[in-house]
Amino acid sequence: MSVMRDRINTFLKYKDLLRELVVRDIKLKYRRSFLGYIWSILNPLLIMIVMTLVFSQMFQRGIDNFPVYLLTGNIMFEFVNSSTHMAMYSVLDNAALIKKIYVPKYIFTLARITSAMVDLVFSLGALLLVMIVTRSQFHWHMLAIPVVIAQVYIFACGIGFILSAANVFFRDIQYIYNAFTVAWMYVTPIFYPVELLPDWLRWVVEHLNPMYYYIQHFRDLVCYGQLPSAYIFWGGWIIGFVMLAFGLFIFKKTQDNFILYF
Amino acid sequence: MSEEYIVDVDDLTIRFNLATEKVDNLKEYVIKLIKKELMFQEFLALQNVNLKVRRGESWGLIGVNGSGKSTLLKAVCGILKPYRGNVKTVGTIAPLIELGAGFDMNMTARENIFLNGTVLGHSRKFMQQNFDQIVDFAELRDFLDVPIKNFSSGMQARLGFAIATMVQPDILVVDEILSVGDFQFQQKCYARMQEMLDGGTTLLYVSHDVESVRRLCSHAIWLDHGHVQMSGPAEEVTEKYINNR
Repeated sequence: MSVMRDRINTFLKYKDLLRELVVRDIKLKYRRSFLGYIWSILNPLLIMIVMTLVFSQMFQRGIDNFPVYLLTGNIMFEFVNSSTHMAMYSVLDNAALIKKIYVPKYIFTLARITSAMVDLVFSLGALLLVMIVTRSQFHWHMLAIPVVIAQVYIFACGIGFILSAANVFFRDIQYIYNAFTVAWMYVTPIFYPVELLPDWLRWVVEHLNPMYYYIQHFRDLVCYGQLPSAYIFWGGWIIGFVMLAFGLFIFKKTQDNFILYF
Repeated sequence: MSEEYIVDVDDLTIRFNLATEKVDNLKEYVIKLIKKELMFQEFLALQNVNLKVRRGESWGLIGVNGSGKSTLLKAVCGILKPYRGNVKTVGTIAPLIELGAGFDMNMTARENIFLNGTVLGHSRKFMQQNFDQIVDFAELRDFLDVPIKNFSSGMQARLGFAIATMVQPDILVVDEILSVGDFQFQQKCYARMQEMLDGGTTLLYVSHDVESVRRLCSHAIWLDHGHVQMSGPAEEVTEKYINNR
């Protein structure tokens, strides 16, 4: 019990550091750029336009509002993709500091995921814009968007912890994970309807691809104006927390050895 | 073991893997695993070191390069975990192992004061309250909104020292850091450290400058190749150390 209390106290002591790190990431990202934060909205918008031009002809059937369908999938996947890639380098990038001052190391990983989440919130602005332009219907269910963001945030933290710890010991992880995320993107129904897949692959995606749960949840709220099925809803929480527990376990077990491998 | 020691290093051994055999990719790891060479050559940076420090004492750590002085400091700060033995400390530690570790070169001095302060575990509110004091001590008011990559190393050291010493810590840990910075600033730093000592702070101090150890410290510990060669009153230990060379 007292161990738990100690941990919470340590986290509270360093929560301002977390805040400073997130603010730094966001500030430095757009320093010296002309449009600055607007890029966080503009970027997903441009990708959406390009992909709509390319894919809308191929997958038009079966999808009502292709731009919104695409953007909902892309925002979710892009968050997990960029946050975990940034988190992977979080410990190594701060090696110089970790060698000199005692800081709870998970703060750095958490900060990267959190600043990616701030980006995610910005890109909801792009979604809003596209919904207005395409005259989509706004549903009350969209108020539940923070729930799915919380789910995917927890999930990304879990992956981030695993990757940042593994990257200290094996730098190969960087290349493996790059290839992995490309494959992952193609087996996630971002720009095609899941019905298009052959039955066996569809079964695999709907059951074993965590991103399917979060994207489906998100689309239920935004595109279809309904609450997600219990399967999607609870599945998303369970996958998220299992991944987080696993990530924390690995990180905690290896963190004392980080300093010997920098 | 008892409460009377503020720093209690008990039979401490610290182990490193020698960098020559660094395995950091999967292929090498698998090959080594198969050939059963994975137990790399180990290097003991400290062996069976004991250091008992009472509140208000000041200890100098002396020894040649590579004798394990900095390793001992890092173990006290909690950066390195013991391989064997125990390290216990009571109260807050202000680590001055490298001034401005954790500065982000692309950010301004103002932003870095908050970043570095929170790295040291202070709250944002606390930093706001002490902001002026830091800026005054570092004498950098005119350069607050300049990215610190444009600062000289002396200016960075000043800022780092000012941030790290703004509170009265229970334990002040200082590693050979004052070699940068001009004479005037060094005097200022010594004065600040003396002020803290008078206020009851415990000091652990690494320096190659035996004179400054004699001036600041009541006790000294002499390390040689990871072993304690001698520890005791500063006068005696430094005397032996100098004669030994």
